[in-house]
Amino acid sequence: MDFFVSTFPMYLAGAGITLLLTVAGSALAFVLAMAIGILGTLRNPVARGIATFYTEVFRGVAALVVMFWLAFAIPQITPYQLDINFAAILALGLNVGAYGAEVVRASINAVPRAQTEATVALNMSWARRTWRVILPQAWAQMLPTFGNLVIELMKASAIVSLVGVADLTQIANQQRAATGDTVMAFTSALVMYFVLAQLLVLGVRLLERRANRRLGRAPAGGGLLGLLRPPSPSTGAKVTAL
Amino acid sequence: MMWDTEFAVGILPQLLEGLVVTVQATLLGYAVALVLGLAVALVRRVRVVGPIVFAVFEFIRSTPLLVQLFFVFYLAPANLTPLTIGVAVLGVHYAAYTAEVYRSGIEGVAKGQWEACRALSLPPLRVWGAVVLPQAIRKVIPALGNYLIAMFKDTPLLFAITVHEMMFVADTIGSETFRSMEAYTLVGLLFLLVSVPSAIVIRRLERRYAAV
Repeated sequence: MDFFVSTFPMYLAGAGITLLLTVAGSALAFVLAMAIGILGTLRNPVARGIATFYTEVFRGVAALVVMFWLAFAIPQITPYQLDINFAAILALGLNVGAYGAEVVRASINAVPRAQTEATVALNMSWARRTWRVILPQAWAQMLPTFGNLVIELMKASAIVSLVGVADLTQIANQQRAATGDTVMAFTSALVMYFVLAQLLVLGVRLLERRANRRLGRAPAGGGLLGLLRPPSPSTGAKVTAL
Repeated sequence: MMWDTEFAVGILPQLLEGLVVTVQATLLGYAVALVLGLAVALVRRVRVVGPIVFAVFEFIRSTPLLVQLFFVFYLAPANLTPLTIGVAVLGVHYAAYTAEVYRSGIEGVAKGQWEACRALSLPPLRVWGAVVLPQAIRKVIPALGNYLIAMFKDTPLLFAITVHEMMFVADTIGSETFRSMEAYTLVGLLFLLVSVPSAIVIRRLERRYAAV
């Protein structure tokens, strides 16, 4: 108990960094996923080639390898040194963005063809059709999987401690070294990660419910009790569809 | 300092040795995850014990593998090698995922199959061994295959607990020679060399079993 009281502020700061990394990494991943995902649905073979190359590379290589490459290999052959925090966010974003891009691509392709045909019949431009008709429908499909990706990214962000970012894992390691209490040092971190994950699950479900309401679909369950239901099998599952 | 091909070729054998350890750890951990995951999925159905086991694995699933690795590594008795610890933690962590896969497979077995077993008054062991599991597992083979690739990509984390896998070798080369570019780039390429063909195999599996 003493351990928890005396170190809590430090763990809280570490959790804050973890959350910041999650938000920044997810934002980057989202932008990449949208851009690459849309590229992947185009007819142009060059666009599709770029999309395939990006997704195959970043889903095939571990985020840890990418992060070390950005942080330690780049300074070797260029005069540039990436900021360590930036390298960490970049690695997480690039990795999760590749999974997200596949989700975007699949969701867009899942919108019925007749929708595209109708917009063509109405003489809508490509941009207008994508923005006003296709994406809003694909969006509802993407949302639950995006939620899982954010939670995955949060857990994966523990790797940034290996390049020296002071996230939750790094704090736990420091506390282990400082106090010698391995059990408390890591249990505290694990509990905080668990709480963060549960909060994210909750947030994702609120978003999903809102999206469902807007599309006039049946909500995923009403009231607070609906929120407390056990997570759906997909929520929190490692996203692996390669 | 530019890319040095001669140097890259020179360190390749060491990195390949590291790759062998990476693949070894992945396969061993995967074996643990497959067996333990099935056990968890089955125990989950037992009263009282089931929910407790479920809660424990839900916790494992919601927390980072790296922290779990550190935790066990610093607590484990000294006579265990880092590789053993790594394989065990990797296996238990992924059992939390495979258990969910098995569960969905078991729930997907048609109700009529259970009723038929009751009508024939088959003993539980035969119900599970001859009727339910063969159907459940067949359906989830592609999903389980995906976890093999996911695990392969998580194995570099074992580097943090001094397992001499590919990342560890690359890191050692980097700090000894002050040339990281070649080592890390080769590690990335070797990763692609293993995971892209595996992904293709799993896509084939998916096509074959999705039709059933």
